[in-house]
Amino acid sequence: MERKTINNNQAMTEGGNSMKKLTCIGGALTGVLFSFPIMAAELRIGLQDDPDVLDPHQSRTFVGRIVYAGLCDKLVDITPELEIVPQLATDWEWSDDASQLVMDLREGVVFHDGTPFDAQAVVANIERAMTLPESRRRSELASVDTVEATGDYQVTFTLTSPDASLLAQLTDRAGMMLSPEAFEEMGANFGSNPVCSGPMRFVERVQQDRIVLEKFEDYWNAENIFIDRVTYLPIPDATVRLANLRSGDINMLERLAASDATAVQNAANLTYEEVVGLGYQALYVNIDNGPRADNPMGNDNRLRQAFSLAIDRDAINQVVFEGTQSPGNQPFPPSSPWYNADIPVPERDVEAARALMQEAGFERLEVELQVGNNPVQMQMMQVVQSMVAEAGFDVRLQATEYTTLLSEQTAGNFQLSRSDWSGRIDPDGNLHQFVTCEGGINDVRYCNPEVDALLDEARTFTEPSARKERYDAATQILQDDMPVIYLGHQSYIWAMDEAIEGFVPSPDGMIRLTGMQIAE
Amino acid sequence: MYAYIAKRLLVAIPTLLIISIFVFLLQKLLPGDPVLAMAGEERDPEVIAYLREQYRLNDPVVYQYFYWLGDVLRGDLGTSLRTNQPVTELILQKLPVTIQLAVMAMIFAVLIGIPAGILAAVHKNTALDYLANLVALSGLSIPNFWLGIMLILLVSVHLGWLPASGYYPFFVDPLRSLKTMVMPAFVLSTPLAAMLMRHTRSSMLGVLRADYIRTARAKGLSERTVVIEHGLRNGLLPIITLSALLFGDLLAGAVLTEQIFTIPGFGKLIVDAVFNRDYAVVQGVVLCTAAAFILMNLLADILYVLLNPRMRASL
Repeated sequence: MERKTINNNQAMTEGGNSMKKLTCIGGALTGVLFSFPIMAAELRIGLQDDPDVLDPHQSRTFVGRIVYAGLCDKLVDITPELEIVPQLATDWEWSDDASQLVMDLREGVVFHDGTPFDAQAVVANIERAMTLPESRRRSELASVDTVEATGDYQVTFTLTSPDASLLAQLTDRAGMMLSPEAFEEMGANFGSNPVCSGPMRFVERVQQDRIVLEKFEDYWNAENIFIDRVTYLPIPDATVRLANLRSGDINMLERLAASDATAVQNAANLTYEEVVGLGYQALYVNIDNGPRADNPMGNDNRLRQAFSLAIDRDAINQVVFEGTQSPGNQPFPPSSPWYNADIPVPERDVEAARALMQEAGFERLEVELQVGNNPVQMQMMQVVQSMVAEAGFDVRLQATEYTTLLSEQTAGNFQLSRSDWSGRIDPDGNLHQFVTCEGGINDVRYCNPEVDALLDEARTFTEPSARKERYDAATQILQDDMPVIYLGHQSYIWAMDEAIEGFVPSPDGMIRLTGMQIAE
Repeated sequence: MYAYIAKRLLVAIPTLLIISIFVFLLQKLLPGDPVLAMAGEERDPEVIAYLREQYRLNDPVVYQYFYWLGDVLRGDLGTSLRTNQPVTELILQKLPVTIQLAVMAMIFAVLIGIPAGILAAVHKNTALDYLANLVALSGLSIPNFWLGIMLILLVSVHLGWLPASGYYPFFVDPLRSLKTMVMPAFVLSTPLAAMLMRHTRSSMLGVLRADYIRTARAKGLSERTVVIEHGLRNGLLPIITLSALLFGDLLAGAVLTEQIFTIPGFGKLIVDAVFNRDYAVVQGVVLCTAAAFILMNLLADILYVLLNPRMRASL
């Protein structure tokens, strides 16, 4: 994964360094003299939205997951390189056919209310995630048949069908462990006072204003937690979020606007971090969802290929996103281990696009493109509109409010529709549900038995190389059929006070507090 | 007097009912399925079916309205579709915030608008009058969001005098609360101050031409006494009605101001609720706002009667 760090004070002169040393000695002396009581390290993080209900089994917002990164530990975690590593589970083993997963659990872990964490707790959690009527985790755990405690600190997942992607699901909300005592008492209302086992425990929440967590002293990894208190503040406007950072009202923010990237990189006292995420930006082409699918774009893959060829993906990245995103042509970013390197991001080729159009029997073609009514999306599609116009596509942009866009996609009321997918750790999550015949969010209603077979088969292997072979083959077919025109991959951008140390940017966009500290 | 107030309150009931029906139907006309927005990215069909059932979205719209009305009459405004929090609780949490913002903005508007209007009227067609008019015109024409962002950049980022955004409850930390509210209240007050200035000016100009003012001057009263005691008292009457009507503008303006300064008030509550298709919250907030609006107008009318003895006879 790409990673860029710019700390403006790195380029410090020798004189500056000795000055800094003096200040350090002075600071150390003052520290010794006034170190009782020690100033609590408080982190104030500006979020783009207000999270929804704080129950990992019910919640669905990205910002909610950022809060959980402080609040709730999971069975397993991922590294920035997308490797799955232990968290509450210390070790695991798959059966040969990927239909059974045995996990050994960490001992000596307690929830924030003092309830001990053990195999029974895991069973109760997974069962709740699978049966609570309000649960949004059921589809993630759909392959689980039973989960049993096969020891005090060992659980066994038995699956209805082989599903290697389950482990990746457990790195996120489906694998978060909540105190069974708390959720038995609170039921579906658990979110008003969430009790987990993460590094921070819940203090208070004022909707649309703040969520406050403080250090949990009995955390199993407490020696690596240097933050005493975290306040998450939803500040939706990117300009205001940055103004808050600059004025010192917050010391970190997520999702900096791409247009502000240069300003932050050049600002003294601020650190800039970015990483390409797991998701993608795409244009969905209505292939067979209702009567509106019956149009040249929906019927002829050559036109879709022509449309794709007429787009200069790098130019979009430069013009609209100041070069902060990653141009792309597949469901996985070029930096991902799952990317099919045989199909590189195509160069723009208007001649080839025109030739394909003529082959399909068109000189010019009118196309309606639905897009979310926010400035960045509109700008991006206006760039596309003018690019494809040169190849013969007359695009009419239809700005649509987001919830409406979702409904229109489901109902098939679109010709081309533009939306993002936030991305999943396992490749299955970026493909299976979108392009298999019975896929839950296959709004374009693309159906190709060959693709279905490959993607189903990929689930049965735990060996990455065997899986990649299937994904590569599926990606190849999708490049030809092109029900989804991939344009690029979103980057997560953080800006923070230079005093913040130890933050590790991760492609899942989370802010993990372990190891983070605020230098005095 | 009491009979008058009682009558006005009774008339408010059908008004509120009509408003609630109107808002309910308008929401149903909005495209976009709330359940899709709530179901999460994966849109699990089981979850969708459960949510529809839970929020009675499968029933005909008329039934849905009466379910809601029945709950309201029992004092229950429903729960937020997004966070499961009771709407009544949300409103009680957010109302004081917006009231503080509105009251502070009103104070700013009155403190700026009325003196400026009087000065402009007394010094008609002088440089002072032109200046006041220019400022008023700017106040009316500069958009809230632009002024807000500019003030944040100047006052918070460059000068570091005030926090850029956020909110602190007044009774927890009054000083900090006032500090966070000064900028948004000022931004919210500018169009109001401008309107108050223009109206005070024209009202005062009319009054200052009246016969009794000439008489007062002829009696040798000081110009100050003439303007403040005799002129302003009469000139203020229409301004009071205007202020009450402007209170509605204030609530509308608060929607934008709260969005810019990230103030967790009523305006932000309703905007977020509309985008999330959080029907129950939208409905509850609109009902409360309408009630507040009606109440403010009633208060203005009562104040009017108290200030103007001639009105009492007509009741």
